[in-house]
Amino acid sequence: MALLDIARMRIEFASRRGTLVAVDGVSLSLDRGEILGVVGESGAGKSTIGNAVIGLLEYPGRLAGGEVHLDGQRIDTLSESDKRKVRGRRIGMIFQDPLTSLDPLQTVESQLVETMLVHLDLSHAQAQQRAVDLLRQVGIDQPELRVKQYPHQFSGGMRQRVVIALALCCEPEIIIADEPTTALDVSIQAQILDLLRKLCKEKQVGMIIITHDMGVIADITDRVAVLYRGKLVEQGPTAKILGNPDHPYTRSLISAVPRPDIKLRRFPLVTYIEDVKTPVKPMDIATHWLGQRRDFGEHVDGPLVQVQDIGMRFVLKSAFLVRHRRTLDAVKQVNFSIAQGEVFGLVGESGSGKSTVARLISGLYTPSGGSVIFNGTNLTTLKDEKRMNAFRRQIQMVFQDPFSSLNPRMRVLDIVAEPIRFHKLADNEAQTRSIVSDLLDVVGLGASAASRYPHEFSGGQRQRICIARALATRPRFLICDEPTSALDVSIQAQILNLLKDLQEQLGLTMLFISHDLPVIRQMCDRVGVMRHGELLEVADTETLFKSPQHEYSRHLLNLMPQLQAMSRESLEIEATTV
Amino acid sequence: MIARLAPLFARAADSDLWYSFKRTPSAVISAVITLVIVVGALCAPFIAPHNPFDLASLNIMDANTPPAWNPEGTTDFLLGTDDQGRDILSAILYGSRVSLFVGFASVLFSMVLGVSLGLISGYVGGRVDSIIMRIADVQLSFPAILIALLIDGVARGLLPRDMHDQLALYVLIFAIGISGWVQYARTVRGSTMVERNKEYVQAAKLIGIGPLTILRRHILPNVMGPVLVIATIHLAIAIITEATLSFLGVGVPPTAPSLGTLIRIGNSYLFSGMWWISIFPGIALVALVLSVNLLGDWLRDALNPKLR
Repeated sequence: MALLDIARMRIEFASRRGTLVAVDGVSLSLDRGEILGVVGESGAGKSTIGNAVIGLLEYPGRLAGGEVHLDGQRIDTLSESDKRKVRGRRIGMIFQDPLTSLDPLQTVESQLVETMLVHLDLSHAQAQQRAVDLLRQVGIDQPELRVKQYPHQFSGGMRQRVVIALALCCEPEIIIADEPTTALDVSIQAQILDLLRKLCKEKQVGMIIITHDMGVIADITDRVAVLYRGKLVEQGPTAKILGNPDHPYTRSLISAVPRPDIKLRRFPLVTYIEDVKTPVKPMDIATHWLGQRRDFGEHVDGPLVQVQDIGMRFVLKSAFLVRHRRTLDAVKQVNFSIAQGEVFGLVGESGSGKSTVARLISGLYTPSGGSVIFNGTNLTTLKDEKRMNAFRRQIQMVFQDPFSSLNPRMRVLDIVAEPIRFHKLADNEAQTRSIVSDLLDVVGLGASAASRYPHEFSGGQRQRICIARALATRPRFLICDEPTSALDVSIQAQILNLLKDLQEQLGLTMLFISHDLPVIRQMCDRVGVMRHGELLEVADTETLFKSPQHEYSRHLLNLMPQLQAMSRESLEIEATTV
Repeated sequence: MIARLAPLFARAADSDLWYSFKRTPSAVISAVITLVIVVGALCAPFIAPHNPFDLASLNIMDANTPPAWNPEGTTDFLLGTDDQGRDILSAILYGSRVSLFVGFASVLFSMVLGVSLGLISGYVGGRVDSIIMRIADVQLSFPAILIALLIDGVARGLLPRDMHDQLALYVLIFAIGISGWVQYARTVRGSTMVERNKEYVQAAKLIGIGPLTILRRHILPNVMGPVLVIATIHLAIAIITEATLSFLGVGVPPTAPSLGTLIRIGNSYLFSGMWWISIFPGIALVALVLSVNLLGDWLRDALNPKLR
């Protein structure tokens, strides 16, 4: 008999706009020592399943059907107090964000001991001893010392290890890990996944890993279940699902994952995704307003953008006396240049200063040293607002978070028209409106989007609005700061395709910032690798991926998840058939 | 015009706010009471049985008539009369006009002042922020009523007597308004600092839009939610403050009595059995303030999903 058996689970959320079925007839089973991956995009219902299993479904969510058996015992109908005995004792849980899943006011020891005393028949001293043993098992050095510390004294990765120790402390039969590595950098992600796999096999614990990340799935799971809009579309051994999926949704999902190993001209366009209207009328951009009247004046000689010795120092603590001041050099002496029509990538882990570089070039920050030269003009010394505005038109930016980059109180029409009106790029209001609806067509939203408000759109659609706004000044240089890292992988594929198309059609020069190496490989002509505010290496993308020079570049490339995905041949069949 | 407003109404009817309003009985009842008092005050000249300001129509023989259901009362004066023969019901209707006008005007004044200073403080930051916020801190260490008294006293000292009576209402509005701006400024400053760092503001900066337009077009609409909540609760406080000041005799002149003045007039007769002079204006004041407060509470809960 399976350790955990979920049969025909159905979960409903009642709301004023009718009942939403979040999980619809999903059946899963899990054996001892097995790692089951549950994969799907946001809204697929994967976290809801995890919460329902351990009885943490929150109002208005409701288990409307199905059964959950743990080792033969039915657990979904237990009373709340009996559920508490199962939760933590027999089923452990690891949450996404290690920052918020530990109590900041209690030492690690007291959190571990408290949990053990509730569930296990141990004396206080035994529990303390066990807490130290657990920390050692999850790979924390000097556990006797560390156990007395508070969560803020641990780094993100170490904290997630503590959370894992907390999940393990009552020797549960099952661990449910909900996006356990999403909040962590790649190098720490690899360590945590290794640890989870080792613990699972040693202790013969069944583990469910809920994730959106195909790399995690490929790395650690034995079997995979694929969810799409609350329904289980496919499940089977990991190698089979990733290498040769049966269901068209799984195929499109996997083909949307950026390939680390080869550069494709486009992502094979996936049919299964949020309904995007493709441009209603095919447009010849070169003769349209967007492509015309690019009155930026003089021709470009040499690189379009040159960054010279640029530096940015943030003041952490200002004080009258110099020795009391605390500063942080977010960017140190960075040099690079971008040629006209080129896509230049910046890659690095969080805190490497890549976003700061983007803000320095765009003029949102004033550098504390060095200069940005745009087509021969030094922007950092330009004080005159009028002259500056001429350059602002040429440089535009697409931001990371599609939920905060649109003013929620403005209609899409006004958002996209704002730059046109401000720079007086159109002759009259009627022309402005027609330009806006064309722009919305170009980014695949359709002109009807203009009269709606941002909250009516999904993340991917919002990012399309952001792109339309950035294009509305007819820029020649577009900065994309992690434009897809908040998006699901299939939507990421669409947005990246859109950016590629626009870049080609409009001859845009682009600075593309990402932490995701496969995305960089698909998008960029040249790449710079950043760490701790320094630019370590600049190379052609293909050169970097084949023979990285700097040690850190090699390290990053090694950590890149090696997805044993569908073979190249089957991908190319997909690409040509669509 | 109507064609342009129609989608706005459709949006309002579909909004979560309206949905929550319909499902909160206390909010609906409060809204009805507030509406009745406001309409009563606005239409006072048409619906009031007497004109309490027309000294010629007052008859000292009618003085101290009890309410109509009392054996000594007449249906001519439903809620009785005061010591000068003024009809209490009419005085309440006219008095709530004064109270509501002072309330709304001083809230508007506080709001404009507080929101502007809060926006500047939060957006500019640095030294400007420190100065504005320290002034706010100093003011917070005085009770609001004391500041209002102080300003009224200063105005009395500076203005000639007859001019002061004319301007009394506006001095009162200024005094109550100035004592309330801090709440707005602090709240708006906090929200502005959050909104300022959002990416849509940075996108606007990249377009080249100046700080004033950014504040007006982008930040202001996004910080107004909590401001409306404060304004509603502040309206109740302002009405109370006006009543308190009038009760103390430093508010509006007795020739144009507000609810507070009526309570004060009745106060001296309370123990000689003529309770109606104070009690009815008091009930009107409590009903108005309570329902405005309940509306404010509901608005705060409805706009803050965390409290649901």
